[in-house]
Amino acid sequence: MTEPLPPALALRGLAKSFGGARALDGVELTVGAREIHGLLGHNGSGKSTLVKILSGYHAPDPGATLQLFGEPLRLPLTRAEQRARGLAFVHQNLGLAPQLSVLENMRVAEITAGRPFIDWRAQRRAALASLQQFGLSIDPDQAVASLLPVERALIAIVRAFAAIDATRSGRELHGLLVLDEPTPFLARDDVERLFRLMRQVVAQGASVLFISHDLDEILEITDRATVLRDGRVAGSFETRHTGRERIVELIAGHAPVTTSSAGAVAGRGGAAAEIAFEVRELGGAALQPIDLQLRRGEIVGLTGLLGSGYEQVLQHLFGAVPATQGVLQAGRERIELRSLTPAAAVRAGFAFLPGDRQGASGAGGLSVLDNLLLPDLSRFFRGGRLQWPIMRGHAQALATRHRVRPVDVDMKLAALSGGNAQKVLLAKWLDVGPRLLLLEEPTQGVDVGAREDLWAAIRDIAAAGTVVLCASSDLEQLEALCDRVLVFARGRCRAEVDRATLSKAELLRQCYAAVAA
Amino acid sequence: MSRKHGSTSRASVGALVERFALLGAWLVVIAGFGIALPGSFLTWQNFAVMFASQAPAALLALALIVPLTCGDYDLSGGAVVTLAAVILGVLNVVHQQPIGLALAAALAAGLLVGVVNAFFIVYVRIPSLVVTLGTASLVTGFVQWFSDSSTISGLDAGFVDWIIVRQLFGISYAFYVAALVALLLWYVFEYTPLGRRMLFVGKSREVARLNGIRVDRVRAGALITSSVLATLAGVVYAGVLGSADPFSGLNFLLPAFAAAFLGATSIKPGRFNAGGTFIAVYFLASGITGLSMFGIPLWVTSAFNGAALIIAVTLSQFARGRAESDLG
Ligand SMILES: Nc1ncnc2c1ncn2[C@@H]1O[C@H](COP(=O)(O)OP(=O)(O)OP(=O)(O)O)[C@@H](O)[C@H]1O
Ligand SMILES: [Mg+2]
Repeated sequence: MTEPLPPALALRGLAKSFGGARALDGVELTVGAREIHGLLGHNGSGKSTLVKILSGYHAPDPGATLQLFGEPLRLPLTRAEQRARGLAFVHQNLGLAPQLSVLENMRVAEITAGRPFIDWRAQRRAALASLQQFGLSIDPDQAVASLLPVERALIAIVRAFAAIDATRSGRELHGLLVLDEPTPFLARDDVERLFRLMRQVVAQGASVLFISHDLDEILEITDRATVLRDGRVAGSFETRHTGRERIVELIAGHAPVTTSSAGAVAGRGGAAAEIAFEVRELGGAALQPIDLQLRRGEIVGLTGLLGSGYEQVLQHLFGAVPATQGVLQAGRERIELRSLTPAAAVRAGFAFLPGDRQGASGAGGLSVLDNLLLPDLSRFFRGGRLQWPIMRGHAQALATRHRVRPVDVDMKLAALSGGNAQKVLLAKWLDVGPRLLLLEEPTQGVDVGAREDLWAAIRDIAAAGTVVLCASSDLEQLEALCDRVLVFARGRCRAEVDRATLSKAELLRQCYAAVAA
Repeated sequence: MSRKHGSTSRASVGALVERFALLGAWLVVIAGFGIALPGSFLTWQNFAVMFASQAPAALLALALIVPLTCGDYDLSGGAVVTLAAVILGVLNVVHQQPIGLALAAALAAGLLVGVVNAFFIVYVRIPSLVVTLGTASLVTGFVQWFSDSSTISGLDAGFVDWIIVRQLFGISYAFYVAALVALLLWYVFEYTPLGRRMLFVGKSREVARLNGIRVDRVRAGALITSSVLATLAGVVYAGVLGSADPFSGLNFLLPAFAAAFLGATSIKPGRFNAGGTFIAVYFLASGITGLSMFGIPLWVTSAFNGAALIIAVTLSQFARGRAESDLG
């Protein structure tokens, strides 16, 4: 028998209030040594708040106790304490400085550690080594702002693994890796690579706290898991001995209501509907020219592996990143895509939800109300003034309909949980009923129940005639939502999967086939 | 609402205190000096003079919050005040041109500065701090050459009469010009879609752009508006003095920024706002007027402005639990 190791993390009586609202209330969490521990819960249940308390970003309410590897410590932990004990984080918002380079972001802890001189060569070597470990070919001198969302997520993950690796003594690792929803951006093979690395660090002695809304991932990778509901622990379980139903019940607080995804097929823009948009020869810096025919009410998915170019299609169609060529024809209207600006696109009735929630989609420093109503304020401008009571009512109704929690439209967007912020930003565009709705990872970070609702809302707006383009690496989402899916590789559209054959497995097969072709 | 009741009302009381703290501080200052100097400070005459003489400062502070809301600094505002005043003086007094023409020339010059600022900041994409520091210096140099570095008195009597002599409810028109501009800005910021767009541009340009806002136009418009309002401040300044003073630009600029930031701690805390700015200007002026009645030397003025700004912003930071400041 081996000697019993103390748990990597033992938290007791953790509470946190923001103003009047309790985000965490008497939470207990134990992550065993060499364990991958899952943390689940609906949007706003307090997962990220717990992580931010561990990382010292928030101070908890008094009364919490913490033990790391058997050693009692006081919260909040200092950075030195975290480093010494091998605590490493991937935050939900990644925690990268967009203006700085990949290198500076990856080595921020070492660079700012207070030594008088920085050995840039050594730092660069270390950064390159960890990038390589993940099979990434990203230029370390590039600004993080210029990376794709998925590349940014990978940088944050690589950085955290490097921090764990720094605790190595011989073959032994030591430490706790905390991953707050690292997977929504990742394609399937990146998730697999992440899981391999997680298993590796655990095999060598470290522990992992892993947050995800994806039950498949939780079932696949974790040993044990804890479920939060409204800031309290709803239960914890051994993954091996627990069924999916039971987990959903713990998350929701009641037995799962069987939702039929059969309704998905109804009310779809079929081949019979008229063509709403015709895109010809759309091309960009990382996109070979493509043609698209989009019918009224159609939901078209775009996918591929990282860097395959599918992300660019939406950016070009909205003018967010200028295309190098191409025209879009809508009836008699003709739009030169090379000179299209977002302002012109919005006037033409296009809407774009970028994948980068923080930097591009919504203003965290402004209220939920401000963010919700921004796209079309003229609706509320009557009698020479904005009608605030009407705006407030409208925003409140909208937040309620899309199950934003809490329904407090005066809250800053940044104070909402990740999933709830995402609901706000999607609701914003659904509300104005655009002709063409361009969505990048529309339900990233949204919990299972709310996701189905958002899908239903997207289907509704399509049924009313909107053309929806959905770029996503989430194949389950594409299967549930789309009428057909275009699969990209190396800047080209390589295959089209239509409704009849559309399934997660088929999409996965096509993604890899497209690369091999 | 999922928030618990008791604490919600406590939070909203706190918010209310924060909103009106500056107004309260102003009243305290007035009461303090009123008790100490009942005969001289607490007279209608004193306040009437202060309201009118601070109108140019108020106008300049209001000018600055327009680009500040959009995330740009306009350091050339103070120089434009003197530019406008000196153009009035030189054209109207030295060259004996009609006041109407002089006013038109001042406006044109102000517009030009605004357009130049906007061109380099928005089109060439140079940080506003750099560009307006340059134009401020440039304009100051021009003003000194143009005025021969001397104060020009003897402005058109009708003009001076309108600005400072004529009164409504015992206060000169100058004050009402500033008050009107404050009302107008309040309306634009709070009750028009343009005001909301400016707010988004100031918080995040990329978010604003991807929501279809023409960020460049909004920023350019704000910079030009700022210069035009600074011109108006210069015109009123010339009217209040009855003469054109080529040296007061910088003296105006720093207190105006102080008032803008001070104003952003009240009424609508965390945002530059017209009401707060307006109150801040008169709060600072009351303090300085009171102190000078005590015969306190001139340098105290600067110290008072600076200390008031830092103390007020600090207090409001603590009121918000030292949350990340929304400004800047
Ligand atoms: N700075 C803040 N100010 C006020 N409330 C906050 C703040 N940060 C978080 N909250 C609130 O705390 C609650 C928990 O949020 P948290 O981000 O921990 O949720 P989460 O479980 O991570 O959700 P998600 O799955 O959507 O990421 C939410 O109701 C959120 O609105
Ligand atoms: Mg979260």
